[in-house]
Amino acid sequence: MNLPDAPSRPDAEADIQDVPIHRQHPAWMTLRRLFRHQLFLTGIGLFGIILAAAILAPIIAPVDPTKLAMRYKFRPPDGTFIFGTDNFGRSLWSRVIWGAQLSVVIGFSVVLLNAIFGTLIGALAGYFRSLDNGLMRVNDALMAFPAILLAIGVTAVLGPSTFNVILALAVVYIPRTARIVRSSVIVLREMEYVQAAVAAGAGHWRILRRHILPNAMAPLIVQLSFLFAYAVLSEATLSFLGLGAVPPTPTWGNIMAEGRQYMSEASWIITIPGIALMITVMGLNLLGDGLRDVLDPRLRIQQ
Amino acid sequence: MTALVSATGLTKHFAVRGGSFLRRHTTALRAVDGVDLQIRSGETLGLVGESGCGKSTLGRLLIRLIEPTGGRIDFDGHEITGLSTKAMRQHRRAMQIIFQDPYGALNPRMSVEDIIMEPLLIHGARADAATRAKVAEALRLVGLPARAAQRFPHEFSGGQRQRVGIARALVLNPKFVVCDEPVSALDVSVQAQIVNLLQDLQKELGLTFLFIAHDLSVVKHISDRVAVMYLGKVVEVAEKHAIYSAPQHPYTQALIAAVPVLRPQDRARGRRVRIAGDIPSALNPPSGCRFHTRCPHVMPICRVQEPALTEPAPAHHVACHLVNPV
Repeated sequence: MNLPDAPSRPDAEADIQDVPIHRQHPAWMTLRRLFRHQLFLTGIGLFGIILAAAILAPIIAPVDPTKLAMRYKFRPPDGTFIFGTDNFGRSLWSRVIWGAQLSVVIGFSVVLLNAIFGTLIGALAGYFRSLDNGLMRVNDALMAFPAILLAIGVTAVLGPSTFNVILALAVVYIPRTARIVRSSVIVLREMEYVQAAVAAGAGHWRILRRHILPNAMAPLIVQLSFLFAYAVLSEATLSFLGLGAVPPTPTWGNIMAEGRQYMSEASWIITIPGIALMITVMGLNLLGDGLRDVLDPRLRIQQ
Repeated sequence: MTALVSATGLTKHFAVRGGSFLRRHTTALRAVDGVDLQIRSGETLGLVGESGCGKSTLGRLLIRLIEPTGGRIDFDGHEITGLSTKAMRQHRRAMQIIFQDPYGALNPRMSVEDIIMEPLLIHGARADAATRAKVAEALRLVGLPARAAQRFPHEFSGGQRQRVGIARALVLNPKFVVCDEPVSALDVSVQAQIVNLLQDLQKELGLTFLFIAHDLSVVKHISDRVAVMYLGKVVEVAEKHAIYSAPQHPYTQALIAAVPVLRPQDRARGRRVRIAGDIPSALNPPSGCRFHTRCPHVMPICRVQEPALTEPAPAHHVACHLVNPV
């Protein structure tokens, strides 16, 4: 570029004098607002309990959750057995904590698969109009099934296992994620900064990666945090119905299914995993609400 | 002077879907309908018209941000209609655009330096010190301090953002810049600064501008020639002074008459033209002359035959049956 020396422009001085000096990175500002948000902090706290239990499972629950000890069956929670024991005398503390690990692993895997394939499908459908109709009709067909019914159908066909549960939940939720990404991409594609990139000669890949996807992340992150909660809840439902991880592997769903028979005599067996599930879902929902308020203010509920 | 940009029969129809799910039909929205226009090297051509008359679409067609439905565009001696994306990239550095909305035109997740650097990176530069120096130079050129480079768009005012947009457009050293209502969204005091900046830059860099606006006084200030659009058609093109002192087309006359003047009693009497009603739909434009539904001088022929763009006076083109009786 061979631009001549710019002369001073006195008329511009009033306009440019207030150019800020302190750097404010948008990501840093978002983080600071998040950590001032009460709901978000509460959600992080609740979900943090479950996450810590899942990560620290081998340390805080050293007793094998599948070890039978008929002598100790139906012990109520006390000093020896923190959460009591079940009908086979297994430590409920160990079972619930290892169940938490499985729930977190499944939730995280479903979220990851959604982040990858939901973004991919949504971005392709939203950006390339020629692909939109085909992709979205398949999407609509999958979304026409009630979520849990479709998940039951997929696991019933594939057979019960942890991996199949992840697969089933991914199939159920990816169309929903793809729709959310697609709708953001359709709006962003028409932004003038995208036009400016086209005018500069940018290719599709650069436009998607630099201009569209970074700006489509906010609603996606919010969606994924709620999705984590749905995935944990659906996994518990599938295990409760006997379509999840195969017993004796402990999951909150199958502990509750077994505990259901002894609800009146040993109510702790079904209550404790239920409470764990409630804490997880509530924590993730609060966290999602906080993220939504900060990242996507247009969706904030009017108060 | 030779034409840097030349459009011949340029047409853009947008497909608008209508009807029910089962009986779907598409209608063509004639946003730009057979426009012939030359933009001379080094001049500023003002393009005016009501909202929705197709002036933004025309500006974007000329630099191929939108694919034309028909017609031909020549840029700097080369036909650019029909060029592949790859072949077009060579020409892109020479043609740039400045947008109306200073908020929507800058990616909120990129720093000013990244925004201005991107066109250079697309055209093969590496993100090194030399490229950063070019960004700093472009910032200085538009009157922004070097420290602005590390800031993000949300930290700036509208006028400052518009300067960033101008720096991005100029960093590739283009020949032709489409200014798509660059001051319409700004405060009046800032408008003057941006208009003056554009004029200074044009002189320093020898730029050619297509200046799209609906504010006739801004266009009068900055333009050499003015083109008037109505419903997808150019109805009059002439030197600025000819347009403002002796408008020929009744629509141009009405536009000029509608400009507020400081002393209304000084306004020339008898030439005052008023038009009523709204601009008709581009989905179903009127037959014959498109202005006949609102024209105060409408004649029977106007409803039937479309007037061609003729040259009743030297360098003054008008499309009207009054000026050029059949």
